[in-house]
Amino acid sequence: MTLLEVVDVRKAFPGVRALDDVSFTLRAGQVHALVGENGAGKSTLIKVLTGVYQPDGGEVRYRDEQVTFATPMDAQRAGISTIYQEVNLIPLMSVAHNLFLGREPRNRFGLLDEDRMNREASEILLRYGVTTDVRRQLGTLALGAQQMVALARAVMIDAKVVIMDEPTSSLEPREVETLFGVIRHLHAQGIGIIYVSHRLDELYQICDAVTILRDGKVVHTGTLAGLERIRLVSLMLGRDMAEVRREGATAFSGEMTGDVHAAPVLRVIDLNSRRKLHDISFDVRPGEVVGLGGLLGAGRSETIKAIGGAYPLDGGDVQVDGKDLKRPTTVAAVKAGIAIQPEDRKAEGIVAGLSVRENIALAVLPRMSKLGIVSDSRIDAIVQKYMTRLRIKASSPNQLVGDLSGGNQQKVLLARLLATAPKVLLLDEPTRGIDVGAKAEVQSLIDELASEGLGVVLVSSDAEELIEGADRVVVLRDGVVVGTLTGTEVTTEDLLETIASAAPEKNSPAPEDQYEH
Amino acid sequence: MSTEAVATRPAIDMARIRAWLPAYGVYAAIALLVLYNIAFTPNFLAWSNVRIQLIQVAPIVIVALGMALVIGTEGIDLSVGSVMALAAALIPLYLGYGVVAAIAVSLIAGAAVGVVNGTLVAKVGLQPIVATLALFVGGRGLALVISGGQLKDVRNPDLLFLGSGDLVGLPVLVWTAAALVLIIAFVVRRTVFGRRLLAIGGNRASSELAGLPVRRVLITVYIVCSVLASIAGILAVARIQSSDASAVGLLIELSAITAVVVGGTPLTGGKVRVLGTVAGALLMQLVIATMIKHNLRPSTTEMVQAVIILIAVYVARERKTR
Repeated sequence: MTLLEVVDVRKAFPGVRALDDVSFTLRAGQVHALVGENGAGKSTLIKVLTGVYQPDGGEVRYRDEQVTFATPMDAQRAGISTIYQEVNLIPLMSVAHNLFLGREPRNRFGLLDEDRMNREASEILLRYGVTTDVRRQLGTLALGAQQMVALARAVMIDAKVVIMDEPTSSLEPREVETLFGVIRHLHAQGIGIIYVSHRLDELYQICDAVTILRDGKVVHTGTLAGLERIRLVSLMLGRDMAEVRREGATAFSGEMTGDVHAAPVLRVIDLNSRRKLHDISFDVRPGEVVGLGGLLGAGRSETIKAIGGAYPLDGGDVQVDGKDLKRPTTVAAVKAGIAIQPEDRKAEGIVAGLSVRENIALAVLPRMSKLGIVSDSRIDAIVQKYMTRLRIKASSPNQLVGDLSGGNQQKVLLARLLATAPKVLLLDEPTRGIDVGAKAEVQSLIDELASEGLGVVLVSSDAEELIEGADRVVVLRDGVVVGTLTGTEVTTEDLLETIASAAPEKNSPAPEDQYEH
Repeated sequence: MSTEAVATRPAIDMARIRAWLPAYGVYAAIALLVLYNIAFTPNFLAWSNVRIQLIQVAPIVIVALGMALVIGTEGIDLSVGSVMALAAALIPLYLGYGVVAAIAVSLIAGAAVGVVNGTLVAKVGLQPIVATLALFVGGRGLALVISGGQLKDVRNPDLLFLGSGDLVGLPVLVWTAAALVLIIAFVVRRTVFGRRLLAIGGNRASSELAGLPVRRVLITVYIVCSVLASIAGILAVARIQSSDASAVGLLIELSAITAVVVGGTPLTGGKVRVLGTVAGALLMQLVIATMIKHNLRPSTTEMVQAVIILIAVYVARERKTR
């Protein structure tokens, strides 16, 4: 029986077609995987289904009737529940209160029947593997347990459809098992589940159908069992395996620039961070561009940030030119010659309210000053130098960076990094959200910088950019290095294969080590 | 037809005014008030009146300078009034060792408060309003303990000179405030510290990734703010010739924040208008003086102040959402 159906739904935002004639069908008792890279349209589709957004065209059919959900509340009342990555409950209230919020049992005086509520809450949660005292504050529970409470609450509201958005991203392995148990139980009850995740192993374990989105379009839908892993990955990334060998579409020269005999300029040794990174090690030689490959959530950005001292580590070493950065902080990393271009340009890169000039000079102010007083002429000199070299288009150096185009903002950010005369450049999605012309310029700049002897680490979700830009690709999955592609192996096929390959060993601690409250 | 023409014309003008108001509105308001007073207030331009207005506004300007820096980092400092009281309470205690020693001790106490505020904000990660609330409450309490809760007369001629003496025709108090304005304006515009402060207020995450010593800058900003408040406290004692820990600097944090906001410094950080802050303080002073001269009740004055604050915040909001 078809439970929820989306027919030719369109949704546009200024400049983007987020959903382009998307159709999607969820049957009762089905666990349907919804996959796609960042910006593919998954979140938009979910928001259309839950009444957050109104579609521009097409229709949503729920239990064989056309519906329009004006608000998320409407969708929830109709039986469509969503569990978000972040738990959306009230941390300061008790577990039982959270579970019964808005539907508390009452005694014959119309007052809250606390005993009954707590008793029922305990019984319900037992089925979800939560054995804690339900009178505890929700916020004191482990994140996994909180998620179970959220799930229990979602199902209690007579849900017919449960949407789970990256439900396992903050769970321990044992909690994941409990969650899967619950999902199988829901499946048996005929509840339809939409499951969004980037963890392939999980998808194949729990889902029976899959819909793959790319650039706002459905590129594949069908049963999951019949779909090869590598085919799934290639569909997601938009790389048709047959045409992989065609000429490069990027501005990278494709020449190897690294000197294989030189001592590494950057050594990353056994980076570890709770749940996110496990024993990540690799070297970068001067003049080499090392790509970090993997899907969203594989730990690429975290690795970049950890090297730059901006991500908390439980262990591991970062060496620049053979010298150790003990307990790296951003200040120490910049001093040692590491420059980091974060993924989110607006939130962590530029200072939008300051001028082009101030942004470029930001990291090198001490060098541009005497006794703490800045020298405008020295700043003008470097600003002029980098504005020319990177061809930054601004009405004047005093224009606010926030008023520039995305490509020029990115160039200003790169100018700031280069002004520090770095030895290692960490680039996280350097061409995301910038126009084609600026993209080519940034790509050839990366080439040029590498040939000048910089060590570059490149993260890119654009498979072409990664393959053609990098001399070597270190492939990550779930925070583990699963392979390194060198020389002739740096091809899209090898990349896809390495990403898709099943984990050789479960990188999780023995069961008895976990879940100690 | 004719109504449409009438409707579109002002709309164009409004856009221009909106861009112009946050930066220069405060100066225009001062000009209007001055003109009004010249026309309708007897003796407004008399030197004795101007002098009194300047003396009254000086401590607010000094405290507001520090507040502007803190607000520039997206913070706020509620403890400035208590720091003034603390400085005032320490002065008579150490005056026996000489004026310099007494002032030094007061300034060190102020710096210590700044270290606590800055550490709570930058290292512990408390929200500025909560972090400085602790010393807003505790600082005055400490000042009262130090002073024994008593009003103490101060008769040291050197100290009193700071409060009521003249230099080249202007009160020392006004000279001090003017000098501090110039210093802070220079710091904001010309120093590494000033530029870092604006970058951190504008985008803390990117400042951190750019390798700026974010914590150190934040702690320094709170120290500067508290030291400026101490200076204001010392000058207050010198002017009223007595130390009263329960009254010195009472509610000055609100006047200072008002001056900063009315002067066009956004509460969202990343921008500091030093001269605007001075103008904001002057405007509020002029409003109060005008009301008093025209025999309006203090309650009315307060309501007018409230309206001005609302207008300033509204104008700033317009700019944000342009």
